Amino acid sequence: MRNVSALVFASGLAFLLLVITWQFVVGGAPMLIGEAILQQGADKIGSANLVTSVVLGYRGIDTLGEIAILFTASTATSLVLSSLSAKTSSSKKVVIRDDGTILASSASLFFPLLITLGMYIILHGHLTPGGGFQGGVILAAAFFLPLLAVPGRGVNHSGLALVEGFAGASFIIIGIIALFQGNAFLQPFFGHGEMGSLVSAGTLPLLYTAVGLKVGAELSGLLANLAEIGEIVPESTDLQASSMQTESNGS
Amino acid sequence: MIWVIALMVIIMLAGAITVLFVESHVSAIAATSAVSLALSVLFVILQAPDVAMTEAVVGSGLSTVILALALFRINKKHGKQPSEQNDA
Repeated sequence: MRNVSALVFASGLAFLLLVITWQFVVGGAPMLIGEAILQQGADKIGSANLVTSVVLGYRGIDTLGEIAILFTASTATSLVLSSLSAKTSSSKKVVIRDDGTILASSASLFFPLLITLGMYIILHGHLTPGGGFQGGVILAAAFFLPLLAVPGRGVNHSGLALVEGFAGASFIIIGIIALFQGNAFLQPFFGHGEMGSLVSAGTLPLLYTAVGLKVGAELSGLLANLAEIGEIVPESTDLQASSMQTESNGS
Repeated sequence: MIWVIALMVIIMLAGAITVLFVESHVSAIAATSAVSLALSVLFVILQAPDVAMTEAVVGSGLSTVILALALFRINKKHGKQPSEQNDA
C-alpha cells in the first residue's frame, strides 16, 4: 500500500517534470506587481540581486514571518527532543567512538572553509545569488561537522541561544528604527550606495547578516540536539551489515 | 540544453524510484539527496539561482543529515541495525 502511494507520487512528479521539460503552457497569472518590481526595484532599493530586494525590501515582513516559523519549529523540536533525552538518558552516553582519521582530519580541514563560504554567501546576499538562509544553513553544517567527528564534545547551547536572540532582536530593531524615521516597518535606510559594491543597498546586508546568524544558530542547535543521543551505533559496522544484507538478498 | 534537462529528469526519476525499491534505508536517504541535487541543477537552468542554492543546501544537505540522524535514533531506540527493519 505504501509502495503504491509512493509510486503514484513518483508518477505525478514525472508528469510535472515532463510538463516543465516540454514547456507546456500551464497557465499564466497576470503578474502586475512582479512587473512593477522588475522595473523599479533596482533604482529604489539599490541591490544588485533583485531577489534580495524583494525578500528583504518589498517583502520584509514575510521574511520576519519566515524567521518566526523557523524559530517556532526549532524550539518545538528541541523541546520534544530534550524531554525525550531526559527520559531515556539515565544511562549516560559516554561512547566516544573513533570514526577514523579521514572524518576527523577532513572535519578540521573543512571547518574554516565552510565558515568562510557561509559568511561570504551571507555578506554578498545583496550582490550575488544566495543570502542569509542559504549561508546560515552552511554555517550550521560547518558547526555540525566537528560534532560529527568527535561525538563526545558538548555544545554550548546557551551561546547559541544568545547569538540567535541577538540576531532576531537586531532584525526587529532595524525595522523599528525605520519606523521611527517616518518610513514603513523594515523599509531600507542608510541610502543606496553604489550598486554592486559591498556596502550598498542600505540596511539589506545588515538584515541578511541577522537572518544568517539566526538560521545558523537555530539549525546547529537543532542538529546537535538530534545527534546528541544518536551516537550509539558506529557507522562502519552499520554499513558493513547493510552491505552484507544486500549481498545475501541479491544472491 | 534540452539534453541536460532530460538527463536531470532521468536522474531524478531514477533516484525517486530507487528510494522505493532499495533495501537499506541509508541508501534510500542518499537517493533522496540525489533527487534534490538534480532538482537544483534544473533550478539553475530555469534561471533561479537563489532557489537552486536553497535546494542544494537545504534539500540535499540539511534534510539528508536530519533524516540520517532520525534513522540512527530510531535504530538505537529499537536496538536494530538499519537493514534489519526493511520488512516491517
